[in-house]
Amino acid sequence: MEGSLISKAYIVSGMPQVLLAPDQSPAWGRLRAAYQALAEDIQQQQADLILYYSTQWLSILGYTFQADPKPEWVHVDQNWHELGSIPYQFLIDTDFAASYAAEVDQLGYKTRLINYRGFPIDTGTIVAQKLLNPNNRLPAAIVSCNMYSEKEETTRIGQAAARALQKSGKKAVAVLVSNLSNRFHIEKIDPRQDKVSSRKDDEWNRKILDMLGAGDVEDVAQTVREFARQANGDQKFKGMWWLNGLLGQTNQFEGHIHGYEPVWGAGAALVALTPTAPVVARPLESTLGSEEGSQAEMVEELTDFERVTRPVVQPSSQLVIPAPVMRKAPPVMPASPLPDYEIVSKTSAEPVGTYPHARRYGDLLFLSGIGPRKHGTKDIPGIVFDAQRKVVSYDIRVQTQSVIDNIKKILEEAGSSLEKVIDVQAFLTNMAQDFPGYNEVYNEAFKHIRPTRTTVEVGALPTPIAVEFKVIARP
Amino acid sequence: MKGQIVAGVLSPHPPHLVYAENPPQNEPRAECGWEVLRWAYERCRTNIKALKPDALIVHSPHWPTVVGHHFLGLPHFKGLSVDPIFPHLFRYHYDVRVDVELSKAIMGQCEQAGMSTTLVTNPDFRLDYGSIISLHLINPDWDIPVVFISSNQAAFYFSNEVGNQVAADVGHATRRAVEASGKRCVLLASNSLSHRHFVHEPDIPEDMSFERIHHHGQYLWDMKILDMMRRGQCRELLDIMPEFNEMASAETKAGALTWMLEAMEVPSYPAVVHGYGTVIGTGNAVVEWNPSLIQGA
Repeated sequence: MEGSLISKAYIVSGMPQVLLAPDQSPAWGRLRAAYQALAEDIQQQQADLILYYSTQWLSILGYTFQADPKPEWVHVDQNWHELGSIPYQFLIDTDFAASYAAEVDQLGYKTRLINYRGFPIDTGTIVAQKLLNPNNRLPAAIVSCNMYSEKEETTRIGQAAARALQKSGKKAVAVLVSNLSNRFHIEKIDPRQDKVSSRKDDEWNRKILDMLGAGDVEDVAQTVREFARQANGDQKFKGMWWLNGLLGQTNQFEGHIHGYEPVWGAGAALVALTPTAPVVARPLESTLGSEEGSQAEMVEELTDFERVTRPVVQPSSQLVIPAPVMRKAPPVMPASPLPDYEIVSKTSAEPVGTYPHARRYGDLLFLSGIGPRKHGTKDIPGIVFDAQRKVVSYDIRVQTQSVIDNIKKILEEAGSSLEKVIDVQAFLTNMAQDFPGYNEVYNEAFKHIRPTRTTVEVGALPTPIAVEFKVIARP
Repeated sequence: MKGQIVAGVLSPHPPHLVYAENPPQNEPRAECGWEVLRWAYERCRTNIKALKPDALIVHSPHWPTVVGHHFLGLPHFKGLSVDPIFPHLFRYHYDVRVDVELSKAIMGQCEQAGMSTTLVTNPDFRLDYGSIISLHLINPDWDIPVVFISSNQAAFYFSNEVGNQVAADVGHATRRAVEASGKRCVLLASNSLSHRHFVHEPDIPEDMSFERIHHHGQYLWDMKILDMMRRGQCRELLDIMPEFNEMASAETKAGALTWMLEAMEVPSYPAVVHGYGTVIGTGNAVVEWNPSLIQGA
């Protein structure tokens, strides 16, 4: 299409069985035939390069770009080595790699151009290249998949690719190398009997393919989180966010499903997307979004780790989730789930691991184990340490009261209260010594509330505390 | 004579440690860096050398497999290992002798216990960088044959508890095979502890002013785990391993430490913690279980 940065986009599976063992399974053979159709399609494209994003090339330090002009090696997959070796040679568009990296630099992420002999290009990219562009008719560009990135970041990496294309005056064929569901059979199978590992995964794959077949790229991108949760999406199926960012976040495509088959239990599809309107780059400034939108996005995107390190309280009524762009009838989706979100307290002690202070699910609030530590400090009320930070003495009454105070704060921040507690599990490190003092303070706080209670002695708690409560309450 | 596991080492594999050491096998060059951990390895390798083991057996998360447990089935592998995450730090030319007989023996014990196994017979197979790094740091002379065991990560589909049990089963199979072999072996669990990375690094990778733990919660967990090791509380450690893996994003989720401790019949004597340090925010410790040190033998 005239004026479009992308002539055509593809979603393909990078499973080596399709390249190395198509005869072992009818399903793999059908995928191989479908790959051939895509290769012929690509031969017809008037493009300057083929741009790969593979979920099998993981990075940690931002993004890595292949910048060896002619990387070559004999590759063997770590898992499927018995299928044989794959000699490869790529022709890389190193100028575009540099342009792309420069665009990602502007977003503030770490970038690295790599040009090292023997750098291990991932199986997925190699399989796609061997089957789609075997003679290097189109020079390639390859960007890594950051293992920590979430929706906003990954979308931006796709948008940056579009800007790099625009600035370099080039047109690309885009290839996302990713399975759909990514749950493998964990035992040896007869490849002739291969099937998607569960009916649930299969159903979810078909939902996604229905949308892709309709060209609804933006809608699929909005569905990625749920799909990934339900069907163990390949690297959370985050590659779809990259592709959507690159393609302009619209539903303006003609989709064609060339194949959908199991490969060792995973959902492997071959999809072609033809733009029905020119794909253009969005200026950097326009991709940064509004403050409100970014805040909502940030809340949605927090990793478990970040949730516990950011003092964000997020009752559902305050969430501002941007409405998805829907230009066609929305796909049939599963029923709306029960309320399910996390509460991270601003005033109670910071967790010592990757968990929130509380989680609402349905009509119940589940609190994590809450100890007596105070917010913003390592101090534990009622405890005396020696110079080596060994516990010299502690006051169980003071600690128990502090636990109850912390629980009260968390409940109130979640819109609940101590009066709504319905169940308490109490953990003491020294039942014989501490029960009387603990019970005295407990009785004072809960005598009119009367939740059910279980008290047990445990060998140790993660910090030198003597008591911890685990509470369930009504919201 | 009955074979024996003469020591086990928690031997993390940050490529930074090899990079900072500047061995001739590694292409990049560094000024310095991560000395506390590198000196810890130096102390540990002296102990291991003194044991004169017949084989090293390494279990690494960077050889991930989903269909059972894989072993190297050729006697010699030579090649170039380039870390896909830190290629600017680790491009290492390895030359490894494999104890194929012992590999097959462990594999056989796994199969007898009902596990799926696969033997690597493709000479083009490239060894994983995690194993290479741990092996270099424990035995830079590369003069001891090695058994490589892949990390079965199918347990991720189920739970940390299931993963722990799978790793334990391989550990038991390893012990039975070693005992039947008559060989004296050292096990290497190639795992960090807490494993959340920073996503940036300084311009000079070995700039130590950058280095710290990613999160205080990770540090607390690492210290709790190390304290248990020092007290000989490995059974208790294994009991809370699933929670540690989840709470600290620990790399031990990949099973190497569980495998090793179970193979060693869950030591109840104190481990020697040679050192602890962070690498790109992750927690790493070199820890040795060596009965000869405890008994003064």
